[in-house]
Amino acid sequence: MSFLTLDHVSHHYFSKNGFTKALDNISLSVKEGEFISLLGPSGCGKSTILSIIAGIMKQTAGDVYLQHKSISNTDLSIGYMLQQDYLFPWKTIIDNILLGPRIQNQHTDETRARALELLEVVGLPNVAEKYPSALSGGMRQRVALVRTLINDPKLLLLDEPFSALDYQTKLKLENLVAKLFKNYHKTAVLVTHDIGEAIAMSDRVFIMNANPGSIAKVFEVPIELRNETPILVRKHQKYQLLFDKIWEELDKKESASKVVF
Amino acid sequence: MKQKTDQHLFENYKRHLQREKKVVITWQVAILIFFVALWEVASRFYWIDPLLFSSPSKVIDLLITRFANGSIFGHLSITLFETILGFIIGTIGGILIAILLWSSARFSKVMDPYLVVFNAMPKVALGPILIVAFGPGYFSIIAMGFIISVIVTTLVVYSAFNEVDPNYEKVLRSFGASKAQIFREAIFPAALPAMISTLKVNVGLSWVGVIVGEYLVSKQGLGYLIIYGFQVFDFTLVMASLVIIAILAAIMYKVVERLEKWLIKHTT
Repeated sequence: MSFLTLDHVSHHYFSKNGFTKALDNISLSVKEGEFISLLGPSGCGKSTILSIIAGIMKQTAGDVYLQHKSISNTDLSIGYMLQQDYLFPWKTIIDNILLGPRIQNQHTDETRARALELLEVVGLPNVAEKYPSALSGGMRQRVALVRTLINDPKLLLLDEPFSALDYQTKLKLENLVAKLFKNYHKTAVLVTHDIGEAIAMSDRVFIMNANPGSIAKVFEVPIELRNETPILVRKHQKYQLLFDKIWEELDKKESASKVVF
Repeated sequence: MKQKTDQHLFENYKRHLQREKKVVITWQVAILIFFVALWEVASRFYWIDPLLFSSPSKVIDLLITRFANGSIFGHLSITLFETILGFIIGTIGGILIAILLWSSARFSKVMDPYLVVFNAMPKVALGPILIVAFGPGYFSIIAMGFIISVIVTTLVVYSAFNEVDPNYEKVLRSFGASKAQIFREAIFPAALPAMISTLKVNVGLSWVGVIVGEYLVSKQGLGYLIIYGFQVFDFTLVMASLVIIAILAAIMYKVVERLEKWLIKHTT
């Protein structure tokens, strides 16, 4: 049964001098508890897809369904994590995390306790009253993760959330996110241009074409890899096989586009 | 031993800072004394016409008598009152208009040519119209102080609102925030430093508006004293008024600067 469905979704960006087609006829479905990745070059409309699913942008054609309801009138909460943490520098960590509940008028002692609990889960006790400027990049992105999880969203959208971090921090955070999402049984859509990250984190990898963005190919991640943590996945021999296949696919696309130009 | 040398280096550095500060202050005082002395000497030896340019000793004499018999305080307080009021209304008014412009993209597009024209226009030229509209009292002087600072504030604050990183808005919208919530949680606090820095500009602008306003209509105030002194050929009075304005404007600027530091410390 499908949890999230994109049905022939297209999107255009209009300007005075014309328009660009960012997405062309995207159809995909995600099962509950599944983790998928959208992998592709920059400008392939990956982030546009996330904005549409989040309801921040309205697609120009097609439909998006979440649990068989149109995305515009669903009340299921969606968590959205961006490339940078975008913690509000004038708010303390705890106030940053409670931003969502406060906006939805669900700020109670209970959510506050849950926020503190989640901070401990991500390995950041004792930072609640600090300001974001006192934290390192990796710590801040972990706080952003807690802010995303506090509303207990059923669907998580991750827009290259690890790309601004150094390699070691990135791997550790991948491990943490993979573990948390598996434990809480979250459905997630990750956007990335890092092949290794896509394989390590997800159950299926969607390769995208650019200009306009469309889905080129879908790769299933072998079951042996899905149950490993992202760090260990990278040492598995099947990882290398899949990596090579995806690399080849992307490379083919690049040389094809060179012929055009 | 190591720690001792570190401490010693730090002491040296501090002493260097203090010495530098002393040198700067000495120069600042020396320049002031030089020009005041030059003015006095030039006036005494008739290098300049003492009737037109007065002299520091005469200005000081006049200031002492005026302060001693209290006849200056009425003028001083009325001008100060008008300036502060014009400053506050201009700043708050500008911020409110900026909020309106931000809240509706269409309203902002409609208003655009009016803002451009109003900003480019010399506001002092509106003086006669203000006097006709508000009467020849301090009401129109305050309006002058207001009008001269309100448009600049509007434009600066509105562009600060628009320069806030749109990703903060994205975060809030993913939580389903309304436009008012986005403004309160992201736009306003992020633009606060820009708003505070307009305060400093507005201090100077309000003084311009009020003094010009007093030139035009008033029977009281420091601007009036300047015009009166000019008409009766009492340039000592003109110079003395200028000295008072310079001191008051500097004090007001310093107060706003303190306020700015305090606000930044307590809101970010």
